[in-house]
Amino acid sequence: MTMTAKTTKKTENAILTLGPVQFNWPAEKRRDFYFRIADEASVDVVYLGENVCAKRAPFFDPFIPEIADRLITAGKQVVLSTLALVMDKREQESIRELCLGNDYLIEANDVGTVAMLGTRPHIVGPFVNVYNEGSAQTLVNGGAQVVVLNNELPGTTIQSLANNVPDCAFEVQVFGRLPLAISARCYHARAHGLHKNSCQYICEQDADGMAVETLDDEDFLSVNGTQTLSHAICDLSAEIHEMMEFGVRRFRLWPHWVDMVKVSSLYRQLLDDEIDADAMQSKLQSVAGFADFANGFYHRKPGADHITSSKKKRTE
Amino acid sequence: MTTTPLQLVCPAGTLAALKAAVQAGADVVYLGFRDETNARNFPGLNFSREELIQGIRYAHAENVEIYVAINTFVEAGRPEPWHQAVDDAHVLGADAVILADIGLLDYAKQKHPDLRLHLSVQASASNPESIGFYHQAFGIKRVVLPRVLTFEQIRDLCRQIPVETEVFAFGGLCVMAEGRCSLSSYVTGCSPNMSGVCSPASHVRYQQSGGDLVSRLGEFTINSFPEGEAAGYPTLCKGRFQADGEVSYLFEEPTSLNVSGNLQELVSAGVSALKIEGRQRGKAYVAEVVSSFRQAVDALAGGRSFENHHLGDLSEGGRDTMGAFKKTWR
Repeated sequence: MTMTAKTTKKTENAILTLGPVQFNWPAEKRRDFYFRIADEASVDVVYLGENVCAKRAPFFDPFIPEIADRLITAGKQVVLSTLALVMDKREQESIRELCLGNDYLIEANDVGTVAMLGTRPHIVGPFVNVYNEGSAQTLVNGGAQVVVLNNELPGTTIQSLANNVPDCAFEVQVFGRLPLAISARCYHARAHGLHKNSCQYICEQDADGMAVETLDDEDFLSVNGTQTLSHAICDLSAEIHEMMEFGVRRFRLWPHWVDMVKVSSLYRQLLDDEIDADAMQSKLQSVAGFADFANGFYHRKPGADHITSSKKKRTE
Repeated sequence: MTTTPLQLVCPAGTLAALKAAVQAGADVVYLGFRDETNARNFPGLNFSREELIQGIRYAHAENVEIYVAINTFVEAGRPEPWHQAVDDAHVLGADAVILADIGLLDYAKQKHPDLRLHLSVQASASNPESIGFYHQAFGIKRVVLPRVLTFEQIRDLCRQIPVETEVFAFGGLCVMAEGRCSLSSYVTGCSPNMSGVCSPASHVRYQQSGGDLVSRLGEFTINSFPEGEAAGYPTLCKGRFQADGEVSYLFEEPTSLNVSGNLQELVSAGVSALKIEGRQRGKAYVAEVVSSFRQAVDALAGGRSFENHHLGDLSEGGRDTMGAFKKTWR
């Protein structure tokens, strides 16, 4: 990403992105969600496509061209995102078709997809492990323009990467439940006494994932088919300006079944210095307060922790 | 090295376990250095440089190879411990290093073109394009397959890739795709990828609650055992949780992977090597498991049948599973 040297408002070229929907929302609902995003949301980039389960993709894929057109007409960049765990020929072939069959920018979420894209410019998604400068540089040399960072990376790592790999734009997940694991096994199906092959698309029942509680009734995780997410909602609104100082300019919101137009508008106001983080968080609470907020990973703490400003002890 | 259809790659967390593995019939012993560069970074475990020298000397005298796992992800701004580990493994005469990190693979290839590179399971390379990338970019000679594939998928894969494959045959079972799981760090701040630990003992507590023994990891309850039920270690993904109104082992029961009964299927699929998990295990366990697999592999090579009755006793919770090898596990 090009950084302007002139003194401008530091937030001027911040990009707000909307990651691909992680959950199994019915295709028409998902389409309508994106139409509203196109018309009203303050995001610059929208990722479309399926990251979690190949079985879901055929339902939504036919809607993608229409949605992409509407998003592009609204001035947003469209990125097609791909599966994180690719295990068989059918999955490989569907990704190959996607990569070869259109001119959209692709987000690769598996190293195999990175390889398929060759030197064509692309985005490396958060499900490919990039923990350090050497990995980022190798991928940039291969054609990556943007690397979306793994959510367990601390702020110090984000800073080091942003400083030392100047020809790569890094994107950080700032809002939403954190994808924590992916498996060959479907836990949604398992919880309902089913197998992945005969799952009855049971994951459709839970628009933000199936709540997993500990035996002492504490909110813990969230299951989304083969994916396991945090129960808590990541919110890095208090950290976003520090990341701007590091040189990070791309911030990702994960879609949830809440008013994402309002959520994006709050982050936009924060980036534009129209609202401070405390005020923003209390407003965010009223829009997306379906779980507690967490930001522990950024502070090298358990990801479930919520570190408030009085507790922060970051050494620069 | 014994000529067998399947090479036996065995774990060692100590010099004593290494010797036990060699004596029990290992073809290869894999191990790690005593720091965060390997994925079994547990207190009191693993090898100093001096111990590696002794281990290599001992193993090579018995025609057994040594692989060094340097399979965590390099910390940004601090690559030195990982680079040093690769340099030392090379200079001390390791037969291969097992790596996962793209940046570290690049370093190893540039710095030591003659060093044999294996792709760790932590790289989660589960398809021909991914494995092909690591082969083409870094010249890996072998991939350790993630525990997500069925026999059928492994057979398809082996036909399409230019490198050897190694699969997990026995021991601890990650139910999540390896290298792509932050559950442990979500709860404890310590992650397999960055710190080389999962559900670390430093964050485990057992508490008495009424008549139950409750096991906790960090701030969360992972399981609770009524009196009379044996209490297991609170590995996060083997805990009991509530979902949809039901209490269950949502992700997986406490169990061990065991494919000793299906070795012929692995040979037919084109697999080159079997990996036994358990660098954190003691020498008696290593000796027992390695010796059982030695007999099983030799029986297979000699066209004899072999039934092992001891392995089940060594499984976690006394139970074993074929895991993802069988499609119905999913």
